[in-house]
This record gives sequence, structure tokens and C-alpha cells, in this order.
Amino acid sequence: MKPRQKKFMYILAAVALLGMAVGLVLYALKDNVSLYFTPTQVHNGEAPQGRSFRIGGLVQEGSVTRATDGLTAHFEITDTHRSIPVVYQGILPDLFKEGKGVVAHGKVEADGVMHADEVLAKHDENYMPPEAADAMKKAQEANAAEATSKPAAAPTAK
Amino acid sequence: MIPELGHFALIVALFIALMLGVLPILGAARNNPVFMGIARPLVYAQFLLLATAFACLTYVFLVNDFSVLYVSQHSNSQLPHIYRVAAVWGGHEGSLLLWAFILSGWTLAVALYSKHLPEEMVARVLGVMGLVAVGFLLFMLFTSNPFDRLIPAAADGRDLNPLLQDPGLVIHPPMLYMGYVGFSVAFAFAISALLGGQLDATWARWSRPWTTVAWVFLTVGIALGSWWAYYELGWGGWWYWDPVENASFMPWLLGTALIHSLAVTEKRGAFTSWTVLLAIAAFSLSLLGTFLVRSGVLTSVHAFATDPKRGIFILGFLVTVIGSSLLLFAWRAPKIGLGGKFDILSRESLLLSNNVLFSVAAASVFIGTLYPLFMDALGFGKLSVGPPYFNAVFVPLMVPMILLMGLGPLARWKKFDAPDLAKRVRWAFASAVVIALLLPFVLGKWTPLIALGLLLAFWIIASLFIGLRQRLAGRGGFMRRVRGQTLSYYGMQLAHFGVAVFIIGVTMVKGYETERDVRMEIGDTVKAGGYEFRLEGVSETTGPNYVAARGHFLISKDGKPTTELFPEKRQYNASGMPMTEAAIDTGLIRDLYVSMGEQIPGEVEAWAVRVYHKPFVDWIWAGCLFMALGGLLAIGDRRYRLKSKKTIQVNDGSPTAAGITAAGGK
Repeated sequence: MKPRQKKFMYILAAVALLGMAVGLVLYALKDNVSLYFTPTQVHNGEAPQGRSFRIGGLVQEGSVTRATDGLTAHFEITDTHRSIPVVYQGILPDLFKEGKGVVAHGKVEADGVMHADEVLAKHDENYMPPEAADAMKKAQEANAAEATSKPAAAPTAK
Repeated sequence: MIPELGHFALIVALFIALMLGVLPILGAARNNPVFMGIARPLVYAQFLLLATAFACLTYVFLVNDFSVLYVSQHSNSQLPHIYRVAAVWGGHEGSLLLWAFILSGWTLAVALYSKHLPEEMVARVLGVMGLVAVGFLLFMLFTSNPFDRLIPAAADGRDLNPLLQDPGLVIHPPMLYMGYVGFSVAFAFAISALLGGQLDATWARWSRPWTTVAWVFLTVGIALGSWWAYYELGWGGWWYWDPVENASFMPWLLGTALIHSLAVTEKRGAFTSWTVLLAIAAFSLSLLGTFLVRSGVLTSVHAFATDPKRGIFILGFLVTVIGSSLLLFAWRAPKIGLGGKFDILSRESLLLSNNVLFSVAAASVFIGTLYPLFMDALGFGKLSVGPPYFNAVFVPLMVPMILLMGLGPLARWKKFDAPDLAKRVRWAFASAVVIALLLPFVLGKWTPLIALGLLLAFWIIASLFIGLRQRLAGRGGFMRRVRGQTLSYYGMQLAHFGVAVFIIGVTMVKGYETERDVRMEIGDTVKAGGYEFRLEGVSETTGPNYVAARGHFLISKDGKPTTELFPEKRQYNASGMPMTEAAIDTGLIRDLYVSMGEQIPGEVEAWAVRVYHKPFVDWIWAGCLFMALGGLLAIGDRRYRLKSKKTIQVNDGSPTAAGITAAGGK
């Protein structure tokens, strides 16, 4: 083979490999990215149905109940504005506690309940998952907006 | 007084590092022997100062000086002594100090073991490492000083995170950091070679053992982290594709590529520019790892509390390091020749494909790790990329890599004859295929992924045998031939064998593990993997700084008792944090794993329990250990201990190439 042909072969191989790698990455990303939503967004129907995603927030105080099998837990994730019921079968993480930050991954079915396949609480008790922190911040804004708009809107609304 | 002494030592160390970063490099550029000669004394001083600072911080931890903010945040008067020492690097500030201390240790090692190198080279390498130290010391002094006082002092500390109170965590961070920071040596060698304009086989030979040592530490560090996650987090997983795991895995991937391309550069004088680029990239990814872990930008189990100032500083540091080294590369690299010629079918091109595959793998991990960050920054919302993405990308990349890995050591430099090579390996490949197809039936379950995993593992082992046979069989005494091979050859084979062991571990545990989450009352029995786990009872127990519920499990197989396990559910006094302490019966071909969930409220005492049967799981870490040992063997090679300034000749006469040619010629 002449040097030029050889060079061409290398370039061709490199481009083909690169193309395959990019294709692989894009294909894998398309199917395996899990989006994140706040409880308020899920409540407003902004989250996709039938597809897995994450919600973050706090475990609503007094919401945790267990089914008789002992392993299925029901609880609500709240951002202090809205809350979403979650059902999870399995052992909850050590740091799962009412009033503490949590992230759940799963599908929200037509009944509005998230069927979680994964529940995450963080290593450090005082550390808030960024998703949960973000949800709280947005909810505070929403709460504030509601508080200011209500008095003004009340006379005209109903 | 002691904390102030440590703080003062840090400040002086910064000025020493500044001098180290400027004077020797200037000296090398102007050929000034005084400026070059000052490098070593400065390194000694810097090491002493950072050792002092580190000792001061350790001391305040040992004596429970809660007037130091960092101590009050990460220790407690009840904390056992060994964990007080580990708590030194249990948080952000202390781990940075550990980083800087290890960097000064590596610099010291280079200063001590470089007597045979030209003076300018040593001056430049030490200077570049000094510059890196400047960055870290500035970062520490301006944003995260571990010696900051807390006034008034706290009555008691907030305690070390219970997850970190574990023997594995005592050694995991130092090991990992030894690896991370060790790549700064490869980086410094690359940069000084660029500065000096002498990128040749000699440079590769100098830089190679350092890179391998760093790689060995990083391998051990990652394996320890994975092992720790396995037994400490209580869910029995060993790799989660967590951003922080990825942060250590990316430099490992590039470091592995670097080791292989350095081999080509040393033996054949080829790939020089590429090797330099890899050295720069590997170190940059180590820095990026620090950025990811310490800035809190990513959701991660390792993330410490966020401080935007820190993130911006590290980002600035990162941009400076990468930007200036790439500029230097662009400026100097064209002056460097491309090196020896080789055919498309040659060991060089096989190693090149190894490099390309490793780099692509690192890039895919990079994309998966940073994609959420970019999307968030661009306002497309928060999302996360989980294990399925990484598995989907990684497996297809690793399959060709492993297949080529079997061929690489058998192929000849410069040019090999494809039909001849195929003839040599056909039985090895055929037997690997047969084993892979049949073994899963014997084991009780056949899936394509299990067969694929076994094929790859047995292919490596079979090709390894062929390689050894070619080297060791033939005329002359067998023992003489055994002794005649270089240590680096055995090192390579051992490391490759480690990959096979690792693959067997992953394949078996993924394919045949049993995981059961169950509710158990006292006296209940649950079956997993042919074993019966019986909960005998749960009792209260107290540790030095925690109280725990301790389960008593009796495990039996076919009615015969195998072992007893005592998992704990702990509650730490100071932080109030609950913690699961799994109990594991480790075996050569299986682990039995029990961890306690919470107590289930009800009339009878019942607990949520995880019961796992994990076949061959320890082979995963054993494989990593073999890889690391292989690296150690390779460093022990005689040619690295030669104290001559002679440059090696780049031709087919180098020992390994000659061995291969002789063996392959028959």
C-alpha cells in the first residue's frame, strides 16, 4: 500500500470509529436520560406519562405508611407547595426520614401516584439533594406568588 | 497555637512553591545552574512545611480542639482515635491539605530519584509541580483553610459522617489521591519535555515508571472505594456510575491509555505528540475530578456542602492549567517528529486502537457525567444520566478492546502477518468460544451477556497462555527462559490476567446473583442462592459512639450450618444518623450478604432485611489487585534502575521486540 492510501485508510477508520462512538452515545443518551421535575410541575401535568423521571423534595411529615407486607411504603414528596404520593416496594435508605430531603425515580401512573423503583436519600443528613433544594426554591416562589395574587384576585375570581 | 503554626506553615509553603514554580524553569531556559540547583532544596523545604501543616491538623484532631472550625465539623470527643486521624481527610478542607501534602511527597520522590536525569529536565519537572502546588495552596488559603478558628469554641464536635467511620475509608482517599496527584508527575514530565523540545524515547522511559506507579495507586484507590461501597452502603452494589466514581474512573481510563502509548513511545519512538496530549488530559481530568467532587455542582453521594466561590476558583485553575498546557502543546508540538513508521497490521496500530478506544470510553463517561450539568446551565432543566446509559455505551466499547487485547501482546512491532497470527490464535479463540457457550449451561442459566463475558475472559487467558508458551518453550533450559523474560513482560501479563479475573467477577455476579428484600420475624427463614438464612434474634448492643440493633442470622446449606452473620443497624450518638452495617461471609466463589433495613412497626417484632447471594463478587476486586500487582512488577524492571544518561536506541533490538520476533518467527 502506498503511504497516501495508508493515510487515507487511517483517516477513514478514525472517522468510522468516531461516527460509531457518537452514534452510540447519542442513542444511549436518548433512552437513558431521566428528567427531573418538581412536585408542582408533576401536579400541573408537565411531567410525561408512562416514562420514568425523578422528583425531588421533602418527605411530607406524617405521610409515611406501610402496607401489611412491611416492605411497601407509601409516602408523599412535597415542595411545600404541592405534594405527590409515592409508593415504593423495598428497603428505604438509612437517611429516609419525614421532613428530610429525598429524590424518587419512577413512573407516575394515571392515578397520579408515582411508582418508584428507586428512592435516594443522601449520605449526609444536613445535605440537601440539589433537586430537592431546587424544588423548594421554586415552590417558595410559587407560594409567594399565590400569597400576593390571592387578595388581589379574590374579588374578581369567583 | 498549633493551628496557627499549621496555617503559618501553609503560607510559607505557598511562597516556597512560588519560587519553585518560577526559578528552576527560568534557570533551565537561561542555562543558569544556580537557579536550577535551587529546585531540590526548595522541594525539601516545601515537603517539610506541608508535613508540618498536616501534622498540626492531625494533632488538633487527636486532642479534640473544637476551637478549630474544621475539627468541630468533622470530629467528636467520642470518636475512636483511628477515625480521628481519618477525619483529617473526612471533609473538604482536610482532603485538600492531604492533596497538597501528597503532591509535595511526589515532588520529593521525583527530586530524590532523579539523580540520573539531566539537570534541566529535573529543574523543569520540579518547577511544573511547584506551579501545580501554587494553585492548590492558593485555593486552600483563600477559600478553604482547614485551620480557621471557631470562636467561641464548640463544646463538642458534630462527629464524622458515620459512613466514613470505617477502616476502608481510612485508606481509600489517600490511595486515590496518590493516584490522582501521581499523574501530575507524568504531566510535569510532558510539560517539561515540551518546554525543552526533547520528546523522545528517553523522555518516555523516564516518565513511564512514574506514570505506572500513579496508575497502580489509582487502581487500588478505585477498587477500595468500590469495595467500601459494597460492604458499607448496605445495598450490595459495587459500581454505581456516580459522578464521583466517574471522576476517578476518567483519569484511570486515560491513564491506562497513557501507559500503553508510553510503551510505544519508549520502544518505537512513535506516538510522541499523542502521548503528551494524553498526559495532559489525564492530569486535567484528575483536576476536573477535584472540581466535580469538591464544588458540589453535581448530585452525588460524595458532594460536600456547596460553596460557589470554591467552584469558581477550581474552574479558573482548571482553565488555566488546561489552557496553558494546550497552548504550549500547540506551540511546541509541531517541532516534534511523528516517530517510527509502522504498518496498518502491527502492534503499534493495535496499541493505537487501544488508545482510541480508551479515549472514546473516557469521552463517553465524560459526556454522561457532564451532560446534566450543561443542560442545567443552558436552562434545559434538570436531568440525570444513570447506569443504563453507561452500560449501554461501555459494553460495546470494551468488547473490541478486550478482543484486541488478546492479540496485542502476540503481534509483532512494525508489521505482522495477519493469516499467520490468525493461525497462532485460532485454537485459543475456539476454546474460549466453546467454554463460553457451554459453561453457562453447567452453571444453570444461559444468556448472551453471560456467554459474552465468559468468552472475553477466557479469550484473554487463552491468548496469555499462547504468549507464555511462545516465550518459554523451545530450545534452552526452561528455567533459564523463565528468568530471561523481563519483569515488565510478566507485569503486563499479570495485569491482563487481572482484567480476565475482573470480567469473570462482573459476569458471574451480574448473571447469577440473588437479591431478596424481605420482611422477617424472629425464626423466619429465607432462601437465596441455595442457602437458607434464618433470623435467630435481634439484640441491643453499644459501640464506642453508637448504639445498635444487632441481628443474628444462621446460614445453612442443605441442612448443614455454614456460618453465622451479625448485621447491625446503628444509631450514632452525636449526629443521630442511622447506619446500616452489613454482615458478609466472604468466599472464593461467593459472598453471603445480609443487611438490616428498619424495624417494621406491628404486633410482632419484624425487620426489613436484605439477603444477597453474590457469586464470584470478590473476583472483581481481586482482578483490580492483579492489575495493580502487574503494574508493580513492571516498575521493578531492571531497565528503569539503570543510572545511565545514555539514550536508548529505538530499533528492533529492544529486548521485548527481539523476544517477540524470535518467538513469532517459528
